[in-house]
Amino acid sequence: MSALTRDDVAHLAGLARIDATDDELDRLAGQLAQILDAVDRVGEVAAADVPPMSHPLPLTNVTRPDEPRPGLTADEALAGAPASELQRFSVPRILEED
Amino acid sequence: MTTTTQVGDEVLDYDDVVRDFDPVFGLEVHVELSTATKMFCGCSTVFGADPNTQVCPVCLGLPGALPVVNATAVESAIRIGLALGCSITPWGRFARKNYFYPDMPKNFQTSQYDEPIAVDGHLDVELDDGTTFRVEIERAHMEEDTGKSLHIGGATGRIHGAEYSLVDYNRAGIPLIEIVTKPVRGAGERTPEVARAYVTALRDLVRSLGVSDVRMEQGSMRCDANLSLRPRATGDQAQDAVPLGTRTETKNVNSLRSVERAVRYEMCRQAARLQAGLPIVQETRHWQEDSGTTTSGRPKSDADDYRYFPEPDLVPVAPDAAWVEQLRGTLPEPPAQRRRRLQSDWGFTDLEMRDLVNAGATELVEATVAAGAAPSAARKWWSGELARVANAEGVELGELAVTPVQVAELASLVASGRINDTLARQVLEGVLAGEGSPQQVVEARGLGIVSDDGALGAAVDRAIEANAAIAQKIRDGKVAAAGALIGAVMKEMRGQADAARVRELVLERLT
Amino acid sequence: MPELTRSTAAVLAQRLASGEVSAVELTQAHLDRIADVDGDVHAFLHVDADGALAAARSVDERRAAGEALHPLAGVPIAVKDIVTTKGIPTTAGSRILAGWVPPYDATIVRRLKDAGLVILGKTNMDEFAMGSSTEHSAFGPTHNPWDLERIPGGSGGGSAAAVAAFEAPLAIGTDTGGSIRQPAAVTGSVGVKPTYGGVSRYGLIALASSLDQAGPCTRSVLDAALLHDVIGGHDPLDSTSIDAPVPAVVQAARQGEVRGIRVGVVRELSGDGYQAGVRSRFDEAVQLLVEAGAEVVEVSCPHFEYALAAYYLILPSEASSNLAKFDAMRYGLRVAPPGVETPTAEQVMAATRDAGFGDEVKRRIILGTYALSAGYYDAYYGQAQKVRTLIARDFAAAFEQADVLISPTTPTTAFRLGEKLDDPLAMYLNDIATIPANLAGVPGMSLPAGLAAEDGLPVGVQLLAPAMADDRLYRVGAVLESLLEQRWGGPLLDRAPQLQPSRSVPQEVRS
Repeated sequence: MSALTRDDVAHLAGLARIDATDDELDRLAGQLAQILDAVDRVGEVAAADVPPMSHPLPLTNVTRPDEPRPGLTADEALAGAPASELQRFSVPRILEED
Repeated sequence: MTTTTQVGDEVLDYDDVVRDFDPVFGLEVHVELSTATKMFCGCSTVFGADPNTQVCPVCLGLPGALPVVNATAVESAIRIGLALGCSITPWGRFARKNYFYPDMPKNFQTSQYDEPIAVDGHLDVELDDGTTFRVEIERAHMEEDTGKSLHIGGATGRIHGAEYSLVDYNRAGIPLIEIVTKPVRGAGERTPEVARAYVTALRDLVRSLGVSDVRMEQGSMRCDANLSLRPRATGDQAQDAVPLGTRTETKNVNSLRSVERAVRYEMCRQAARLQAGLPIVQETRHWQEDSGTTTSGRPKSDADDYRYFPEPDLVPVAPDAAWVEQLRGTLPEPPAQRRRRLQSDWGFTDLEMRDLVNAGATELVEATVAAGAAPSAARKWWSGELARVANAEGVELGELAVTPVQVAELASLVASGRINDTLARQVLEGVLAGEGSPQQVVEARGLGIVSDDGALGAAVDRAIEANAAIAQKIRDGKVAAAGALIGAVMKEMRGQADAARVRELVLERLT
Repeated sequence: MPELTRSTAAVLAQRLASGEVSAVELTQAHLDRIADVDGDVHAFLHVDADGALAAARSVDERRAAGEALHPLAGVPIAVKDIVTTKGIPTTAGSRILAGWVPPYDATIVRRLKDAGLVILGKTNMDEFAMGSSTEHSAFGPTHNPWDLERIPGGSGGGSAAAVAAFEAPLAIGTDTGGSIRQPAAVTGSVGVKPTYGGVSRYGLIALASSLDQAGPCTRSVLDAALLHDVIGGHDPLDSTSIDAPVPAVVQAARQGEVRGIRVGVVRELSGDGYQAGVRSRFDEAVQLLVEAGAEVVEVSCPHFEYALAAYYLILPSEASSNLAKFDAMRYGLRVAPPGVETPTAEQVMAATRDAGFGDEVKRRIILGTYALSAGYYDAYYGQAQKVRTLIARDFAAAFEQADVLISPTTPTTAFRLGEKLDDPLAMYLNDIATIPANLAGVPGMSLPAGLAAEDGLPVGVQLLAPAMADDRLYRVGAVLESLLEQRWGGPLLDRAPQLQPSRSVPQEVRS
């Protein structure tokens, strides 16, 4: 199990879009290292042939018919928007094209 | 030899490219389904609504909202998979593809990752010269579309230099089917053509299923092209023993024509770099229609860490085998097979049929024949004059402002002698300009052939009088000279005379 | 009338039905109680006095008009602030949602409203339900009514404290790893986590989608059953909800019976880590069941020792994805990075999430991002999901030998505010007995077992049943409660210290 360096945490914080100061990164790295030590235990379990469980119940094929149902009005949709214009959500300049 | 494009990239001559390199390409095509509602919620998908009026907590990604799968979308996905000869996965989960982008309400896309609904198919693509090329299909899977952004403040609404953006989430959540080819090898110098032909064939196939409008110009079909070059094998070496080169992905390829041009451009651009000893940067590029080039976008990293994991808010899709077989039974005749049958019904030669297909005119001809035209006449107009017009205007045949019913009407006017071919072209011009139906244009513009003997006779008399010497020759037995008189009459009548009748009248008077 | 706030919901329902008290009177009595004590307890983040009185008035009018009403119509209820309530601010205990007013009701809220329950307001919680003490609320902690210097449990400390302080007879909580059951245990109240899928999650701000469940927080087992019955049942808006009727929980609570029932004591859920006083009360509870005719067996669930580790991998992973939507673009807080003139969307996202999320949330998001990242998925998230299967199998094996399982709910009684804040791992250990049920999806209940000798603070006993057998919890819990209350001469909460009307004004969250 590798320890998390500050750079590792900085990279993760970047992926998660959370700014952090160097102090915060250091603190996080320390705390996470402890937590990782604890959760690492899952690796002790021999589970090679065990199927993963993402749902407690084996439901399948839950779907809905292709029929429209009423949604929100534009006003309702935009009500919480930090900024809006022309009935659209106004967002700061996007740096990279997807 | 290399040249430099407007954007500063060097490109190698195409002939040199194919001589020295072996291209390998892949295409990712996104098809927007024409379901009534979105992939995971009951919002309407009707095109053109006011911004943010077709949204709900689910597709807006509001806290607490949950997705529920659209049954018809699953059915459409399976039918697409079956039509492509794929195996349908008996049990598969949706997955979250995690990344941040303002047009993505949840900042993850609910998609399918390692358990796509359809895998391992193929599409046999017919090329211009009649040969067939098999493109292997890796997978087809379900996912959801993003919202749409307006970029404000930059040049021409582009993202670069924009001050801010305005987002409309009406499109967010609309069902998409992504169809991914396996790496396509062995197309060599025909690579751009094969790429285009594949997208065309895929479009036709999906359209025949009735699950999408598949109109590239409207965005209901989108194409990303991946391309890499490797050196041509030398000596005894097998080409496939040569390792694949670094690939780029080109987006914003918005038409069939662009597919071909973009692939060709990338081949030339990459070849120029490789020849100069420069590496290919693994990146996403953008096709620029106006300059005919690709420009650099985001560096593409296969380590783009999307942190995929199975979508916990949805349960697995496990299509019943019996149901899948029942769906297989609903598949329409494959387009290639249908084309062969139509060719036979219509009595066209291989070349004629191919021209038709290449012009994208098959359904149009079919509809025109259904409206009463003779197949040959329908073909003549669609793959002749109309194809020429479409080409000149840079649009698809289907986008022209004339319908199959109108073409049938035009053909029938010619067949009945009301107009001739020359006049028909003028009538067509009028129809395309929005002046009305062929009949209406004929009347409005007065383009009908004059068949009134009185008017014709008077014109003939005038021609005889004006060309006395020629008239005398005819009286003397040189019937061939009638041509000049007929010509004179036709000229006076601005072509709107029945030439055969004019001839009769001339000969009546002079022989 | 003080006694109006000290009755159970079942009793209040009778008094409302008989006309002895009106819904308005009842609501006002609770609003008065909140005004008196919530300055000290701080169970509520938002009190909707106007809305509550209007709803109460409406119930009174409908009753007067002779309409047939649900038994609980007119009974006040508090709702954990993680559940969306249309028109009422919903913060999930986080600064990033301060002032957000949802445009829609959660399904369970709709069901409460349809049944005529009166929503008093929203209760305090650990931010985004991450915590075991409510100390991670961005709006200040809630105080345990038994001792205001101590934690009320978490993440749903507000709901438990509200019922324990007689500010509401009923409350809604959510439980991902114990967040209903653990607060119930340390406040001397009753809390139930239904079978996963038994109660709709539509409108629950998601923490860990595969673990979250909403459930009742009450002062009696019967009250919990009545509330469970209102909110439970299939919801087509939640793909993970069970398409079956709610188990007959009310009937089970009324007909409590333990004769012949096999009660399994889980070996791994006791021992050194458990406070002496907790173990004593637990042992006595088990003994009472034996005396009442139950058969006690010891069962072993060997993989339970890995439950905490698996949980603290699965939860952060799902949460890191669920919380990505909080990005300042569509709702909630928007903060610009200081000193940047025209920040990009990405910069605003990162600055907002830094300012808007507390430390525990950031910790878990980073941990989850790590566990899902390329190269680590198999060892962490992937492995944890396998361990989860093993834990579910342990339960299944245990339920072959026993009809219900029993354990202390928590290892300790309520600790002091601030005591474990600097040690995340120590905080996580509070959930060691409750977590396994969430991982397997089985239902669990905590009910009061008595007071610990060493500190006089409440101890909870936990019952666990197989998936979809929630009624067994109520059947056994009702008997145990009855036997214990007989011994105590009344409900345990009668022994809680009387809260004096506080001098401080209840704080209201400002947006």
